[in-house]
Amino acid sequence: MSRRLRLWLLAVGGAGLAAVLAAACLELPGFGGRSHPYGTRAVRASLARHTANTIASVNFDQRAYDTLGEMSILFAAVLGCVVLLRQARDEHRERPRPAQVARPVRRYALLVVPAALVCGLYIVAHGQLSPGGGFQGGVVAATALHLLYLGADYRALERVRPLGAFEATDALSVCAYLVLGLAGVLAGTAFLANTLLPYGTFNTLSSGGFVPLLNAAVGMEVASAVVVLLANFLDQAVEIVEEEAG
Amino acid sequence: MSALMQVLPYLIAAYVFLTGCYGLATSRNLIHAVGCLSVCQVSTYILLLAVGYRSGGTAPVFSDIKPGTRPLVDPVVQALTLTDIVVGATVTALLLALVLQIVKRHGTLDPDELRELRG
Repeated sequence: MSRRLRLWLLAVGGAGLAAVLAAACLELPGFGGRSHPYGTRAVRASLARHTANTIASVNFDQRAYDTLGEMSILFAAVLGCVVLLRQARDEHRERPRPAQVARPVRRYALLVVPAALVCGLYIVAHGQLSPGGGFQGGVVAATALHLLYLGADYRALERVRPLGAFEATDALSVCAYLVLGLAGVLAGTAFLANTLLPYGTFNTLSSGGFVPLLNAAVGMEVASAVVVLLANFLDQAVEIVEEEAG
Repeated sequence: MSALMQVLPYLIAAYVFLTGCYGLATSRNLIHAVGCLSVCQVSTYILLLAVGYRSGGTAPVFSDIKPGTRPLVDPVVQALTLTDIVVGATVTALLLALVLQIVKRHGTLDPDELRELRG
């Protein structure tokens, strides 16, 4: 298809889609309206199960099965990346060279690593209480490790990042989520039903029944998934080199 | 609130989505195309959060407010957006890994040059 024809097709299709979307927007309930039936019910259910952060309650209690699907997508995407970015036959690995880092960068990065790591773990641990949770905290904790790459060099990062262990943790945390779900089935209730554990005191760390446990499983999976992903991309950039032809 | 403000956020979501589509269709660089797909995806966040907004509403988190004292925005769409962001980031990573392999095997970033299949 020529470029001109393609642009014409795009213009016609785009104009049609824009018209349909605009018509649909006019029919939607007004922005900022008062009526949110699902939201109201979700808040009520969350309060009934002593979970202060309603969003955590939606993710890990009311729609926990849906989160299992999201986790599987995450896991599959990481698996795909690992397969696609593996070392090919015509490539070899070079040991990364030690790098010179400016003194202030090094000092600041090494100072921030523990703070950022604790911050990430805090966000995971308080997911059922305050804004945050496994998804956000996992990303913070995983990227905190990579400050070592900025502050020192790639070899320092590799020492604190045993890749095999992180890959195993990724798989184990998906399993942990499944096993927690199956615990409900074994106890005679439904898969991923939050009815086994006591709901605890509202607004304390152990409140919400299964929510903190599922939250922790997701935190572990997201953190290890991000570490594995970044490791594979960094390996491509730093370690793996194509062999010279001939 | 004026009539325009009632629909403006939804129209912005539609506009961002169409911008992403335009970029995808006219892209001559695969990395740029992956970026355009992310733009399309971001439009769904705008739509979801706009659907869930309530005038004067605050975050649906009760660690520092008493239940029932303030209007709350819809937590369901926020939860959807939250999971979508993380999953979207990893799917973008997967697409970039594919692009990397294409560049290695075919030596080009231009999707128009990828005409024939090669083993």
